[in-house]
Amino acid sequence: MKIYVPLDSAAKAVGADDVASAILSEAKSRGLDIEVIRNGTRGMIWLEPLVEIETENGRIGYGAVDVADVPALLDGKLVSLGLVEELDWMKGQTRLTFQRCGIIDPLSLTDYEAHGGLTGLRNAIAMTPAGIVEDVTSSGLRGRGGAGFPTGIKWNTVLGAQADQKYIVCNADEGDSGTFADRMIMEGDPFTLIEGMIIAGLAVEATQGYVYLRSEYPDAIDIMEKAVVLARGAGMLGADVLGSGRSFDMEIRVGAGAYVCGEETSLLNSLEGKRGVVRAKPPLPALEGFLGKPTVVNNVISLATVPVVMEKGAAHYADFGLGRSKGTMPIQIAGNVKFGGLYETAFGLPLGDLIDKVAGGTLSGAPVKAVQVGGPLGAYMPRSKFDTPFAYEEFDGQGGLIGHAGVVVFDDSTDMLGMARFAMEFCAVESCGKCTPCRIGAVRGVETIDRIGKGDTDAIELLEDLCETMKDGSLCALGGFTPFPVMSALQNFPDDFATKKEAAE
Amino acid sequence: MSDVQTIEIMQGILARHAKQEGPLLPILHSVQAEYGFIPAEVVQIIADHLNITRAEVHGVISFYHDFRDAPAGKHIIKICRAEACQSVGANALSDRALEKLGVEWGGTTTNGAITIEAVYCLGLCACGPAAMVDGKVVGRVDGAKLDKLLAEAGA
Repeated sequence: MKIYVPLDSAAKAVGADDVASAILSEAKSRGLDIEVIRNGTRGMIWLEPLVEIETENGRIGYGAVDVADVPALLDGKLVSLGLVEELDWMKGQTRLTFQRCGIIDPLSLTDYEAHGGLTGLRNAIAMTPAGIVEDVTSSGLRGRGGAGFPTGIKWNTVLGAQADQKYIVCNADEGDSGTFADRMIMEGDPFTLIEGMIIAGLAVEATQGYVYLRSEYPDAIDIMEKAVVLARGAGMLGADVLGSGRSFDMEIRVGAGAYVCGEETSLLNSLEGKRGVVRAKPPLPALEGFLGKPTVVNNVISLATVPVVMEKGAAHYADFGLGRSKGTMPIQIAGNVKFGGLYETAFGLPLGDLIDKVAGGTLSGAPVKAVQVGGPLGAYMPRSKFDTPFAYEEFDGQGGLIGHAGVVVFDDSTDMLGMARFAMEFCAVESCGKCTPCRIGAVRGVETIDRIGKGDTDAIELLEDLCETMKDGSLCALGGFTPFPVMSALQNFPDDFATKKEAAE
Repeated sequence: MSDVQTIEIMQGILARHAKQEGPLLPILHSVQAEYGFIPAEVVQIIADHLNITRAEVHGVISFYHDFRDAPAGKHIIKICRAEACQSVGANALSDRALEKLGVEWGGTTTNGAITIEAVYCLGLCACGPAAMVDGKVVGRVDGAKLDKLLAEAGA
């Protein structure tokens, strides 16, 4: 009998390792022949540890399983959730990037291939570099890290650049609060990312890749490092990629706790062994990136989506979505929600549906006050904006951004002035120091918000002015976008900034 | 001048990273894995090896939150302070931890058992408040769970 117990960090954090060892020892004492497979997570984090038992009809789920439930589980007496594939959360999704996550053993290449892995790479090997770039361009895939820049166009610039060495750099410095899609795919289906990077290498004629992975993700680092070794052993990486005669190899590099290194030019400096200070653009990293060579810098999800584009075709992918936001987005639902986790769906789902229907409202049961979309640099959206469709341009039009598609829900006990203050505080802690409006402005921002908090409403105008300066005078999104959460809190929740004055008077 | 043992250890570390492009961060991670912090005397050795100045090496060490210039406590507990964890009570949890230990962020308890650090996101945003104890993740940390973690670490 095969039993699946996730190895994902989120599952481990709520006891999956203990459940897995309890199953093994209970099986041993009963003399049962049980194989425990550590899969990735299905993304239903509220059900973790979600244990699945393989049956003739499919995989039956049990969750959240506690160590104390294990005897009942093996007796067949534990109440099940039914077939995992038939759960509403699973059925409501369009899983393309995450098609294998939670299903396979992440470190089994056999599993990977049996579930469609390597098909995209084999298709790409048969194509010209320009042909691959054309397919990725016509799929409409845009940078999933947050900026939303068309992946194919970036690749085309690198392909056109002449150099003795080009690089593929994967940005796995997923520091935004409320986001965990990168972590989840690296832990649950690491070969997808590796395959995506190889295809990128073939497309732009780069032979070396790096994954810049944040140190806060030790489990993801461990799995990715093992996966690279396995891929090399299987001839997927190396001097002769799957017998194609083409060369591509890669290395996992660990960050060192600097949020700003998620910005691509800071990341490149860090990868070169320097302080993670932002670089001015131009030159674009596509032309002068890592060590001054043409470099593709893509987010984990962008690269991990490339295999499915090459497997199922650009048109298949582009058929999903809304307007210029084509394909699917792995939305991460987090914070104060009843049902939190990863939900991959075509662009266009209204924000309100996501919060009220998919996420089931707040965990606390109190009304939703605000939703922060796109990480610490994203705007706080009030309920009045819940009809905004989840897509790049649509969120932009509402003064927000989807970023890396992290959605953090707050209930009505939240003090929005406190959240605005935190945004400035975070910016002050994490600023690389290059741009004055970010380095100094964030510190002044905290002070100014404290003044407002003490009832000095004249300081509101000052805060607005400061935000304008930060927006206009910062090279990267840290200083440039910190005004989003601050200003959206101020504009959408003015009461939280005014009542303090009344209280003071 | 560094002692013979340090030089020997450093030669081993530097040799391990000899083939890497831009090897400074991997070198520093290896040094910290070996010593638990970056000892002042290795800075010159690294600088000489990479043909850069001591100031440049120091600049890199001081830029990143991960690298420490003094040993930490026996256990390192990190508590997530980011928004998603705040939405489910991380602030109260942080206050409780700091008060119990009687230290500020980054501080080490007087008995040397625990260093407590703020972390901005562990990617456990759907099962917060989140913490990490010596690299091991813990989710849905409430007051009781926190007390248990602190007690186990020897607070």
